[in-house]
Amino acid sequence: MSELELRQSTVEASAEHIAPRGRRWPRPGTILAGGFVAFLVVATLAPSVAWTQDPNAIAPALAFESPSFAHWFGTDESGRDVYSRVVAGTGTSLLIGVTATLIGLALGLVLGLLASFAGRVFDFAVNRVIEVLFAFPGLLLALLVIVVYGPGPVTATIAVGLSTAPGYARIIRGQFVSIRSSHYVEAARVLGRSPARILGRHILPNALVPLSVLATLGIGQAIVWASALSYLGLGAQPPAAEWGAMLAAGRTYLATAPWLTAFPGLMIVGTTIATTILGRALARRGQEGR
Amino acid sequence: MLRRAVALVSGAAFVLWAVATLTFFAIRLIPGDPAQAILGGPGSQASQEALDQVRREYGLDRPLIVQYLAMLGRLLTGDLGHSYALKVPVADLLSSQLGGTMLLAVMALVVAWMLALGLSLWSTGRSRFASIIGDGIELTAAALPHFWLAGVLIAVFSSGLDWLPPVSTGTPAGFVLPVVTLAVPLAGFLAQVMRESLLDAMQQPFVLSARARGESTTGIRLRHTIRHAALPAISLSGWALGWLLSGAVVVETIFAMPGLGRTLLQAVTLRDIPVVTGVVLLVALVYVFMTVLTDLASRIADPRLRQEGAR
Amino acid sequence: MRPEDAPGDAPALDVAGLHVSFGGREVVHGLSLRLHRGECVALVGESGSGKSVTARALLGMAGAGASTNAARLELLGRDLTDAGERTWRSVRGRDIGLVLQDALVSLDPLRPVGREIEDALRIHERLPRAARRARVLHLLERVGMPDPVFAATRRSGELSGGLRQRALIASALALDPPLLVADEPTTALDVTVQARVLDLLAEIREAGTGILLISHDLAVVARLADRILVMRGGRVIEEGPTETVLRSPREAYTRALLAAVPTDRPRGSALSVRAGASDAATLPPATQYGGRTRTTSAVSGPAPTGHGSERPLLQLHHVSKAFDVPGGRLTAVDDVTLELHAGETLGLVGESGSGKTTVARLALALSTPDSGDVVLDGIDWSRRPERERRPMRPRLGAIYQDALSSFDPRWSVGRILADAAARGRRLSGRADSLVDDLLEQVGLEPALAERRPLTLSGGQRQRVAIARALAAEPEVLVCDEPVSALDVTIQAQILDLLDRLQRDRRLAMLFISHDLGVVRHMSDRVAVMRAGRIVELGDAESVFRAPSHPYTAQLVADAPRIVA
Repeated sequence: MSELELRQSTVEASAEHIAPRGRRWPRPGTILAGGFVAFLVVATLAPSVAWTQDPNAIAPALAFESPSFAHWFGTDESGRDVYSRVVAGTGTSLLIGVTATLIGLALGLVLGLLASFAGRVFDFAVNRVIEVLFAFPGLLLALLVIVVYGPGPVTATIAVGLSTAPGYARIIRGQFVSIRSSHYVEAARVLGRSPARILGRHILPNALVPLSVLATLGIGQAIVWASALSYLGLGAQPPAAEWGAMLAAGRTYLATAPWLTAFPGLMIVGTTIATTILGRALARRGQEGR
Repeated sequence: MLRRAVALVSGAAFVLWAVATLTFFAIRLIPGDPAQAILGGPGSQASQEALDQVRREYGLDRPLIVQYLAMLGRLLTGDLGHSYALKVPVADLLSSQLGGTMLLAVMALVVAWMLALGLSLWSTGRSRFASIIGDGIELTAAALPHFWLAGVLIAVFSSGLDWLPPVSTGTPAGFVLPVVTLAVPLAGFLAQVMRESLLDAMQQPFVLSARARGESTTGIRLRHTIRHAALPAISLSGWALGWLLSGAVVVETIFAMPGLGRTLLQAVTLRDIPVVTGVVLLVALVYVFMTVLTDLASRIADPRLRQEGAR
Repeated sequence: MRPEDAPGDAPALDVAGLHVSFGGREVVHGLSLRLHRGECVALVGESGSGKSVTARALLGMAGAGASTNAARLELLGRDLTDAGERTWRSVRGRDIGLVLQDALVSLDPLRPVGREIEDALRIHERLPRAARRARVLHLLERVGMPDPVFAATRRSGELSGGLRQRALIASALALDPPLLVADEPTTALDVTVQARVLDLLAEIREAGTGILLISHDLAVVARLADRILVMRGGRVIEEGPTETVLRSPREAYTRALLAAVPTDRPRGSALSVRAGASDAATLPPATQYGGRTRTTSAVSGPAPTGHGSERPLLQLHHVSKAFDVPGGRLTAVDDVTLELHAGETLGLVGESGSGKTTVARLALALSTPDSGDVVLDGIDWSRRPERERRPMRPRLGAIYQDALSSFDPRWSVGRILADAAARGRRLSGRADSLVDDLLEQVGLEPALAERRPLTLSGGQRQRVAIARALAAEPEVLVCDEPVSALDVTIQAQILDLLDRLQRDRRLAMLFISHDLGVVRHMSDRVAVMRAGRIVELGDAESVFRAPSHPYTAQLVADAPRIVA
């Protein structure tokens, strides 16, 4: 089991429990989550639209102001606007999260494909590899990667991608295996379809479409892990406006200015919840769209 | 059952060997001279003699394969080498740290189990409202990063209310916040799984049979559905403990607790390779042990798994 | 002590004007029912008729979100119309017991069956543990459990289907309730096991328990019931003594149900009342049946067999196949020899685990035999590499029990059929008309082409599956339990359709089923399979009329039938 598989299984279960009712409108939670993600996208592509002032404008006189109408999320030790910095950090945080997810997904796909289609020997070998990688729970594999390649945002991204890969690999392999032994693939064989055609027409489309759900869920997890590394001083470093790094920088003032850590953290929590809700909505649509 | 046990143990041994091998060779990928690292990193101006001396001492002048086999040999005797930074045997260092971390992780696991069970029992089989609230709590809990949750808890319970110490004091009170920090997100995951299986179990015909016998709702929960809900959560406990040990890196650092996690983080920062290797191996050992244990526990709890045999 | 049943004919259960609705949608409309001790009343209907909801409502557990009200609901003279959950709990298990389908899931799979049986005793009576244990063993003995002491410690999954159903009955009988509601108690069981469980229920009735037997199968009910109530759309549409209902049914729907039972119906006669009607969902209301009971226009005449000198189209020649199972190897198919000629239907009948499906897979070359040969029209079918087999595969079509899972969930009906008809070629513009044509042949509207199989009813799905099998214009059709998941009237329509297509196209059909009646009705020749071997093979009529193997004789004797 991995965190990802856990998220995945409960999403599938929630999709099953909600019987299709021919609903036209998304649920309120989905709309909210969609709105949040839309805000993140705007903050990434055009941060200047979303921020209220220059995130790097220093104003020592305004240091440590608590949240107010002028400074929604308060100000930091240099008087910089926390809200604007959170907006400015969105791009970096999302970029790290998305890139790590893509790395994990790509590696997982390669491993999953090898295990499913390159014969029994590969299946056995890949399964052992996955098993071994699972013995580095959570951040451990990422920490090992950082020992080898040194800290920094790029290493942290790769490290998180690597640590999530075995989870993806196992889910993808499972999907391929269940589809390959499904009745409809057998029915295609009975009709005399070639393996290449069965792979292209049945197996790949049915296995790959659910990957969008998986990737959506994975982004939340990747962002949490990457910011944990930043927080530990192994990823993005404090001057950068990345959520994890902002949290790390705000740690010193936890007692006096809790808003320095509260708001970047809320963004991480919000992103994770929103991606999970969207993942569920995608999974539901997958079920109903059949 | 015996065949199954042999398979489990040999599988576990393989995983440990592979982890040791992978770690050993990964470490060799580090650019730069390990002897330099031992003598204080690239910045230090160690003499050639000193470097040679260190190479001999740590066996770094021998061929890689010899070093590898020597490492495996030492591992079998429980020798994990010497810390570069602290100059003490890694095994001694870790054995003094393992207890605290395990206590933290196991307590968090127990608390998470209780929270998850309570929440899932409360939120299922009631109103639609309760299930939406339950779902929301689980979703939020599972999304909470340790490092942020710890900050919030400290801000509220230490800085704000001044009920609990913000750093570990070695007293039971100092343990509360770290345990809660680790337990809450895990409880979110476990509760999701438990609630799904509770819902599944409640729709099973045997619940109808039990009700038709005159069993009460509470009786059905105690005698029937709760067991079914616990099954997947039991099998998750191996994963959960590994996840907690990884979380301990963050939590021990924030609460300034002595333990494996903080030792690991310091070693990673200092590139103290023997310590990193040692912690990784130890965590893998604990993880593999727990996996075997939960596998056996699942089989005891669910006779259907035993019937499927050596599948 | 329970009050003894009053003398005379005071019923143990007296219901009048029972209504059950879910969120404003009423599913049972004013049902009335009387049941005496020692009497068995059967409630018969197809899925969606409201029979199971009625059964649950009689125990005060119609389900979450259900609202139940009745003009009268008396159990042993006690008024339960306004009973709360507490009252119901004291009644359930003590005054009325419930037996559900399939004890594998109807008994808690994590608990020993002894504990499950003990529960009723623990809930309703203060008995010392030892006394409860003794009662459990006594109960298990009563339901004919071979080794009660051992069985009590087993979980439902560790007992065979028949034994665990007995354990389930024992748990409902724990306090010897005067009333037993049995909801499809034998549905998942093999015929021989089903017959024994029905015998047990008969014994229980003789001992003075009133039984409400709920079933979709008139033939099962015929054996046990004193009176029959036929339900449709939440109403009882016909009611009377078993003899009367079966011999001279008043309602057209009852007649349709009776006509749909294939047992003892000669080959070639139509089972469905309106051949070509697409589904129950689209069936007109019962009144529109008018006086017509059935039309025989769709199918007529004896099957054109005449294969005398012809070479068999498909041959299984001393074929064996074994699988690895926990604790050894299971020979699923053991030295089976079969021949299938063009234009004939060969029925293959056997109980679960007899190896029927493995034979189907071997015939389709989805698995290769360990020994022996499968020969298709003179070609060594099973020995060729798959690459050489592939171009010849369209000569064989297949139809499965679960049609839905045999369709790619992402494909529409139209795409499924066009793909099958294309046989790997490009169809260019002809696809639409081909699909329409195929749909018409199986009695479906062309508009269904745009739908996905998930949105179709069971009967419609099986029709699409048949259309797909026919699209490639096969010579051999392998049908593995094609109707076992369907309601009887739908089953009748599908069987008629298969029979008509088989004749029209002179298909060689291998028809596999656990249901003797279905196989007999469909087949020219029949093979009886048991534990991987063919124990009897011959002309369908003679095999069933004068079975030569004792196992066949047992099967025939145990098969439920309308006229005993």
